Amino acid sequence: MSAQAASVALAGQPGAMPASGGGPAPVRIVVAYGFWIFLLSDIIMFSALFATYAVLSGQTAGGPSGHDLFGLRHVGVETLCLLFSSYTCGLGVLAIERRYLTGFYLAFAVTFALGASFLGLEISEFAGMIARGAGPSRSAFLSAFFSLVGLHGVHVSAGLLWLAFMVAQTIAKGPRDFVRRRLLCFSLFWHALDIIWVALLTLVYLMGAR
Amino acid sequence: MGKLTWGAIPIHQPIPMAASLFITFGVLAVLGLVTWKRWWPFLWREWLTSVDHKRIGVMYVLLALVLLLRGFIDAIMMRSQLAIAAGNADGYLPPEHYDQIFSAHGTIMIFFMAMPFVVGLMNFVVPLQLGVRDVAFPVLNAISFWLTASGALLVNISLVVGEFARTGWLAYPPLSELQFSPGVGVDYYLWALQISGIGTLLAGINMVTTILKLRAPGMTYMRMPVFCWTALCSSLLIVAAFPVLTATFGMLLLDRYVGMHFFTIDGGGNCMLFINLIWAWGHPEVYILILPAFGIFSEVIATFSGKQLFGYRSMVLATLAICVLSFMVWLHHFFTMGAGADVNAVFGIMSMIIAIPTGVKLFNWLFTLFRGRIRFEVPVLWAIGFMVTFVIGGLTGVLLAVPPVDFVLHNSLFLVAHFHNVIIGGVLFGAMAGYNYWFPKAFGFTLDKRLGVISFWCWLIGFYLAFMPLYALGLLGMTRRMQHYADLSWQPYLIVAELGAVVILGGIVATIAQLVVSVRTRASRRDLTGDPWNGRTLEWSTASPPPAYNFAVLPEVESLDAFWVMKQKGSARLRERYESIETPSNSANGFVTAFFAVVIGFAMIWHIWWMAIFGVACAAATLLAFGWSERVDHKISGEQLANAERVRLQPLESA
Repeated sequence: MSAQAASVALAGQPGAMPASGGGPAPVRIVVAYGFWIFLLSDIIMFSALFATYAVLSGQTAGGPSGHDLFGLRHVGVETLCLLFSSYTCGLGVLAIERRYLTGFYLAFAVTFALGASFLGLEISEFAGMIARGAGPSRSAFLSAFFSLVGLHGVHVSAGLLWLAFMVAQTIAKGPRDFVRRRLLCFSLFWHALDIIWVALLTLVYLMGAR
Repeated sequence: MGKLTWGAIPIHQPIPMAASLFITFGVLAVLGLVTWKRWWPFLWREWLTSVDHKRIGVMYVLLALVLLLRGFIDAIMMRSQLAIAAGNADGYLPPEHYDQIFSAHGTIMIFFMAMPFVVGLMNFVVPLQLGVRDVAFPVLNAISFWLTASGALLVNISLVVGEFARTGWLAYPPLSELQFSPGVGVDYYLWALQISGIGTLLAGINMVTTILKLRAPGMTYMRMPVFCWTALCSSLLIVAAFPVLTATFGMLLLDRYVGMHFFTIDGGGNCMLFINLIWAWGHPEVYILILPAFGIFSEVIATFSGKQLFGYRSMVLATLAICVLSFMVWLHHFFTMGAGADVNAVFGIMSMIIAIPTGVKLFNWLFTLFRGRIRFEVPVLWAIGFMVTFVIGGLTGVLLAVPPVDFVLHNSLFLVAHFHNVIIGGVLFGAMAGYNYWFPKAFGFTLDKRLGVISFWCWLIGFYLAFMPLYALGLLGMTRRMQHYADLSWQPYLIVAELGAVVILGGIVATIAQLVVSVRTRASRRDLTGDPWNGRTLEWSTASPPPAYNFAVLPEVESLDAFWVMKQKGSARLRERYESIETPSNSANGFVTAFFAVVIGFAMIWHIWWMAIFGVACAAATLLAFGWSERVDHKISGEQLANAERVRLQPLESA
């Protein structure tokens, strides 16, 4: 094969460029994409804890089981708080994209209040269990329970701090491009916590309370 | 000060004390030299706060080379101990020290030598090969590097203050639980790896985003160099595997610090759960290391054969196949757990299946070499040495994948020989090939060939001398991690292995000499073309070392081996006019975050709670400051670009 023929063969068909040849993506796409990859890795970290919980959930070492401890009414209210907070978070992001700042602040205030209520309910549940002698070092089941649910709670707490921080940033700097990019990342994070919670509700509470 | 007292400094143990003094004086000497020569402002401005992917890549590789020395000193100490500690002789290392040495050796070589080496090469090369100006998140890239360096620092602090783990490189419970390892050794291990693990995860996220979202115009997936494909698969594995490591170590930390019962023998804990989880990370990890090495060999063999890589598509498919399969074989690390014949059979077969895509790759390299005009430069020697050595390592791996065979060889020196065979013969040879291949790109001058050849032959011969006897010893029944043995008939094999370690030492000395000689004679080995090997991919189309912005104009990619085709067509490289561009400004974020990570890690290891709280507060403040600030770019005007390009390209085009 001559050099020229070889180079034609290498070049392939002219004019048949797939979409992947469009050059570097815009910043907003790159940031959101990278953040999604981070969230996927976070979900994998949770999956290791889910697997651990599945293995250890029967290992109560003579202590209380999920059936003795879980109150579904309490958990139901928690779930409603978290799912509604995601809805208001979505409204807030839509508002900021339309530069409707009042709507944004309102929606994020409600999101914060709902997230904080969720956290308060979770803390009261944990405190009640510890008061009954069912703390994380009681049994392997309770170690797995407190770690899995607690890690989600830590994420919600971090989310609340981030939310407050982003609202402060929006007040200080206005809805500029990079502020809206960060708000987009925050809302992805907040929604991902819902996904994890739904799995958690099913695996830990609904299957465990029976 | 928590558990920390003056007793933590090993004054009464001569060997650890000598090692601590050596390290302390070494570090002080380097810091003193930098201060005396007044290099701090330069270092701070050009390196410590740099967010340039090339500088960060170079620092990763430098870290890897330094820790290669540390890990090798551990190795040769163990070989010397075993060469003499037979029968009535006790050797010179007491068991509690020997246990720390093999744990540190494995931890350092995997996490702080092999990982930084391949991540560093990916960091340096991938954006250049993709024809773009940086990675997706430059500041995050610096944070990743400095977190890795923090972990390495903590492991080395353990030499001077306290002790290191005696639990082997994966710290299996229940041995690593507080009940059986009450000292700070396991805590050093866990915190060092948690901190560096987060750095690696962030590096993986960055690399995936870069490869999938930032490529030069026209660079479709099927036009990406094979090294980029392997970097993509390796980074996907990092994103999917490292969170499992973080979670697993997190649970062990909770067991040790707050008395939970994940892996304890009481309270319903299950230590086999740890072993499952850690290998769900650990098996992908070996592919995280080897896939980029495969990519390097693909680039090196194609370049030095003067041919397009044979079977590009099958190479990409084989890489993706290995990427997926690597998550389905973890149980072969503990066939003896007792999961039953059917489970073991499934994992045994899955493990053997991985040999198929690997075989595809090997044939592709052979067919690329076939009828190529091969130039026997140093990187090619490493590649050919790899092909022979890796096949042997792969075959012993297939042997170990047969469960009944594994029951005989489990935890024996046969296994030790096998994984050194693939890690040295695969990852290290690949990293050395990449180091010799891309060095002229990074620094603008080539490495000395004669010393490079000597280094290669010492490593190759030393490897065979050091590890072939271990295969035999494993079959004779010698288990791993023994500090002493009664059977005198094993001693001759272990003396040969010691000799092998000495020959490898010759290879390391030759590598250092190669670097020193090359730097001293750099004036005569300058490469002004930017393309010393007659390369095929885009990194060779820009200057050596590349400017901060990599490319004055993003290249238009029309084919695979884009630069080769540009050269064939004789595309004009100097343009009439240049658009102005922006590059990210330096940031101290990485360095500062890592500093506080070391403070937090050290405080947690020694239970100094106030210092841990202080560290967390400062790290959080750094993060918030970063999250508040707006990215400031450094602007480079079109005229500046035009001048730089003219200075470089005019002599080349008139030549």
